[in-house]
Amino acid sequence: MQTLWPRVERLLQGVSKPARYIGGEQGSLQPVHGPGRVAWLLVYPDTYEIGLPNQGLQILYEILNERPDALAERAYAPWVDMEAAMREADVPLFSVEQHVPAAAFDVLAFNLSAELVYTNVLNLVDLAGIPLHAADRGGADTLVIAGGHCAFNPEPLADFVDAFVLGDGEEVVGELTEVMGEWLASAEPAARDRAALRAALARLEGVYVPALYTPRYEDGRLVGTEPAPGAPPEVVKRTISDLGDWPYPAHPLVPLTEVVHDRLNVEVFRGCTRGCRFCQAGMITRPVRERPAAQVRDMVRRGLEWSGHDEVALTSLSSADFSGIEETVRDIVDDPEHDGRVSVSLPSLRVDAFTVGTAAEIQKVRRTGLTFAPEGGTWRMRTVINKLITEEDLYGAVESAFSQGWRRVKLYFLIGLPTELDEDVLGIAHLGARCVEIGRRYQKSVTVVASVGGFVPKAHTPFQWFGMDSAAELERKVALLRAEAKGTRGLTIRWHDPSASVAEGLASRGDRRMGAVIERVWRAGGTFQEWSERFDLTLWEEALAAEGLSLEEVCHRERAEDEALPWDHISAGLHRDFLWGDWQDALARVSVEDCRWTPCYDCGACTGFGLEHVVASAVPPAGGSQGTGQDLANGGRVPVQLVSRVS
Amino acid sequence: MSPEGQRRLRLRFAKAGKIRFTSHRDVARMWERALRRSGLPVAYSQGFVPHPLVSFGLALPTGCESRGEYLDVRLAAPRPDETPVAGLPAALSVLLPDGIEVQAAALVEEAEGSLQQEVASCDWELEVFGVPDEELAERVGTVLAAPSLVVRRERKGRQTDDDIRPAILALSVTGSQGHLRAELATQPRGVRPADLIRALGTDVVPGRACRTHQWIERDGARFEPLPMGGPGTGANATHHARRAFPHVRDGNQPDPRGSGPGAPDPRRSGPGGADPGSPGSGGRFAEQHLGERPLAEHQGGAGH
Repeated sequence: MQTLWPRVERLLQGVSKPARYIGGEQGSLQPVHGPGRVAWLLVYPDTYEIGLPNQGLQILYEILNERPDALAERAYAPWVDMEAAMREADVPLFSVEQHVPAAAFDVLAFNLSAELVYTNVLNLVDLAGIPLHAADRGGADTLVIAGGHCAFNPEPLADFVDAFVLGDGEEVVGELTEVMGEWLASAEPAARDRAALRAALARLEGVYVPALYTPRYEDGRLVGTEPAPGAPPEVVKRTISDLGDWPYPAHPLVPLTEVVHDRLNVEVFRGCTRGCRFCQAGMITRPVRERPAAQVRDMVRRGLEWSGHDEVALTSLSSADFSGIEETVRDIVDDPEHDGRVSVSLPSLRVDAFTVGTAAEIQKVRRTGLTFAPEGGTWRMRTVINKLITEEDLYGAVESAFSQGWRRVKLYFLIGLPTELDEDVLGIAHLGARCVEIGRRYQKSVTVVASVGGFVPKAHTPFQWFGMDSAAELERKVALLRAEAKGTRGLTIRWHDPSASVAEGLASRGDRRMGAVIERVWRAGGTFQEWSERFDLTLWEEALAAEGLSLEEVCHRERAEDEALPWDHISAGLHRDFLWGDWQDALARVSVEDCRWTPCYDCGACTGFGLEHVVASAVPPAGGSQGTGQDLANGGRVPVQLVSRVS
Repeated sequence: MSPEGQRRLRLRFAKAGKIRFTSHRDVARMWERALRRSGLPVAYSQGFVPHPLVSFGLALPTGCESRGEYLDVRLAAPRPDETPVAGLPAALSVLLPDGIEVQAAALVEEAEGSLQQEVASCDWELEVFGVPDEELAERVGTVLAAPSLVVRRERKGRQTDDDIRPAILALSVTGSQGHLRAELATQPRGVRPADLIRALGTDVVPGRACRTHQWIERDGARFEPLPMGGPGTGANATHHARRAFPHVRDGNQPDPRGSGPGAPDPRRSGPGGADPGSPGSGGRFAEQHLGERPLAEHQGGAGH
C-alpha cells in the first residue's frame, strides 16, 4: 500500500485549516489493504467540516470495515487552496486515514446529499486521476458509484457514475462488495470485462447502471428512457425493514478539528408520513421505521461515553414525532452517568406548545434559540403544501417559548410554492410581526428571524410536475417581503440566493443532457457551488446555452401528466398515480393527514416492500393535534394495523 | 474565592506528528472531551452557561510541535475512586488522540499566577531550508547584532510593523544541518517562529518547528511550569523536583480501593448496540480504534 503522506505533509504548512487533511479522528481505522479485500473510498464531495458528521457515510464506514472481504477509508473535497497546491505538486486525491491515492481503491463511492456538489464530484474523479466519463473506464479503473437522496434523479450525473445505489445502503454495500470481489478476481486488471461488471451490478436490487439505459428525445424533449435487454425497466430503491438491526454508527467519528454539528448524533427513525408535499426526503424514505427506544438510550449512553461529547442530537425528519419522545429524552437528561451536563437537541421541532414544553425540560441551560418550520405564510398556502400548522399552533408554540425564557425564535419558510399569491408571501411578515408582539409581552428584547428559501420542486414528490419560479420572480417576492417587514423592530428577514435555487433546479430536475452542462461549469472553474462566495449563475447559464438548453425548458415549465420525466425508470416505491393525485389535491387545496393515524392512502411505500410503519408505540403520541390540525379526539383510535415494539 | 476542597491540577503534554496541524482551539476541545471521559471531578463555572474551569497556556501556532505545553484544570473535592495524580499522565494519554501525550501532572498552589501571565520565554528548535549552514550562521550573527528588527506581520487581521529584536533572547545554529535553536520572549508581545524566520531572509524556507521548553522567571531563577520527572510522571525525582520547584506539591492520595485493574475504564467501548444478535456485536473490527492507542505517531508512515 502506498501512502502519499510525506508529499501531503509538505503542502499543509501553506494551506488553510490543515487539520482537515490529517485524519486521526477517534473511531477512524487503519485497514490493511491487500488481495481478497475490496477497498472502498467513501467520498463526501464537500469540505471536511461539512462531510465528517454525515451519518450515512459513518454507518457504511463501519459496516464495510467489519466485513472480512472489504475495507473502507474516507475522503473529502480539498478546499480550493489545497486543491491548487495538490495539482501544482501532482498529488492526487487521497484518503484521510492513510493518505492512499484514490485511484488505488477499487470503489469510489460518493455521498450525494445536495445537488450543487455535482461539479465537485467531477472535480474529485478528475483529481483522483480516474477517467472522467464512465464510458472511458477500463478493467484497471476504479468503479465510481454514488448514493444518497440526490441519486433519485441520477440522470444529470449518469455520464460520470458507473452505478447509483438507491435507498438505504446498509445491506446493498455487502452485495456490491461480493460482486466487485468476484470481478476483481476474474482476470488481470487490464483483461477485466467492464461490461460484465455492469451486467452483474444491474442484477442487484436497488442498483442503477446508467450505461444500460438510453434516453430518447423528440424535438429536443425527453420522451422516454429505454433499458438494454436484461436490464430492469424500473430500478426500485432498497429499504431496510428494521432500524433495530443496524445500531450504527457504534463508534461515531470524533473529529480533531471543528466541524458542523460537533455533537453526538443518534438516528431515532427513518422515513416520515407527515406528507409535506414539497419534501423529497419525506417522500423517498417512507415508510416510517423507528429505532427501539431502549436501543436509542443505549446508543446515546455508549456514544457519550465513547466520544466525550456533552450534547446529543436525536436525528430524523421530525424527531418530536418519535413515539415516547418525552420519556426517552427525560431518561437521557436524568441519567446519573451524565451528571446533569448533557444536553439533548431535537433538530426538527414540531410546531406546538406541547413540544416546546418538552424542549424546556431538556434545554435547562442553553436556552438561546428555538427553530420552527411553518414553511408557508398563510393557512391557504399551508394546505396546498400540506404543512398543516394552524396559526394558533404557531402562536402557542412561540408564546410558550418566550414565556419560558427563550429570546430568539427562528422560522423557516419557502417561497415560490405552487399557487402562491403575493398575500401568501406577505403573510410571512405578518406571522413574524405577530410573533414579535407575543414575545414583547414576556421580554424586553426579542428576535424573530424569518429565513426564506426558494422552492425547488424535486423528483418523486407531488410537486415534481410544477414549474419553479424564475430567479427574478423569487427576487421580486423577497423584495416584497423585506419591504413589508421593514417597519417591524425585532423581525429579521433572511433569504437564500434565488439564483442558487435555480442552479439547484437545473441539477436536480435535468435529464442526461445536464451532464454536459455540469461538465462545462466544472471546466470553467465552478467548484463548491453551494458556497455563496464561489457560486456563479452565469457559469450555468453559459453552459446551458452552449448545450442548446434553457432554464425555461428544464426548470420553469410546468410538466403535463403524460410527459416523460427523467427519473421515470427510478422508483422510490411511490405510485405515480398517488403522486399525481396528491398534486391535483394540492391544487384543489385538499390536505391529507398523517397516515399513521388514518386509513392508508396507498402511496405504495409500505405495500411495495411488504412493510408496515414500524413505531415504538401503537398509541398516537400525546399532545393533541401535534401541530397538524389532525383531530385525534376520537380516543386515540388507530385505524391501521401498527407493528408495536412495546409489549 | 475557591470553594472548599477545590484543587488546581497542572498538566504538561507534548504535541507531535500529524496532529501538529490542529489549532490551539482544536486542542482545547480535545482536552474538554478527554476530561469528561476521564471521570475527573472537573469544576464548572457558575452562571447561565456553565463551562469546565480549564485554562490553557500560551497558544502554540498551528503546524508547530511541542515538548512542553500546559494547562491548568480546576478540580472539585476529591472523589474516592479518582485516579491518583501520579497515574494521570498514563490515564489521560489514552483518552487523547495520537500525538498528544501527557508528560507530567501535579497539583499546584493556588497562589501561582496563570500560565499565560507567568511564562516569560520559550525555547524553540527550528528547521529551515534554502540557505547553506555557513550563510545561516552569518545571518544569525547579523540578527543578533542588529539594534532593531522591524517585521511586518498580521495581528488580528491587521498588518502591523513590530520590532521583534528585543524578544529574541538567544539564537544559534545547532550544528546539525539547517537547524536553529532560539529562545523567544513572550512578553509584552510574543514572537512566533515564522516571524523570526522571515527576519532571517525571504529565501529561508521554514520547516518543522518545535517548542521545547517554556520558562517562568522568578527571583532570578528560571524554571518550567512543570518539570519532566516531577511528581506526576511517576519518576523517582519527586524530592529533587519539590526542592527546585517550590510551587509544586504532592498529589492527593485517594483511597486506593477505587484504582487498579478493577476500576472502570472510560474508553472501553466495544462495537455493537444493545441487541446481542446485531451485526454490530457479532462483527469483527479489522483494526483497533485509534482512540484506544496510547502511542504517538506510529501510523501512516511508509505503509504496511
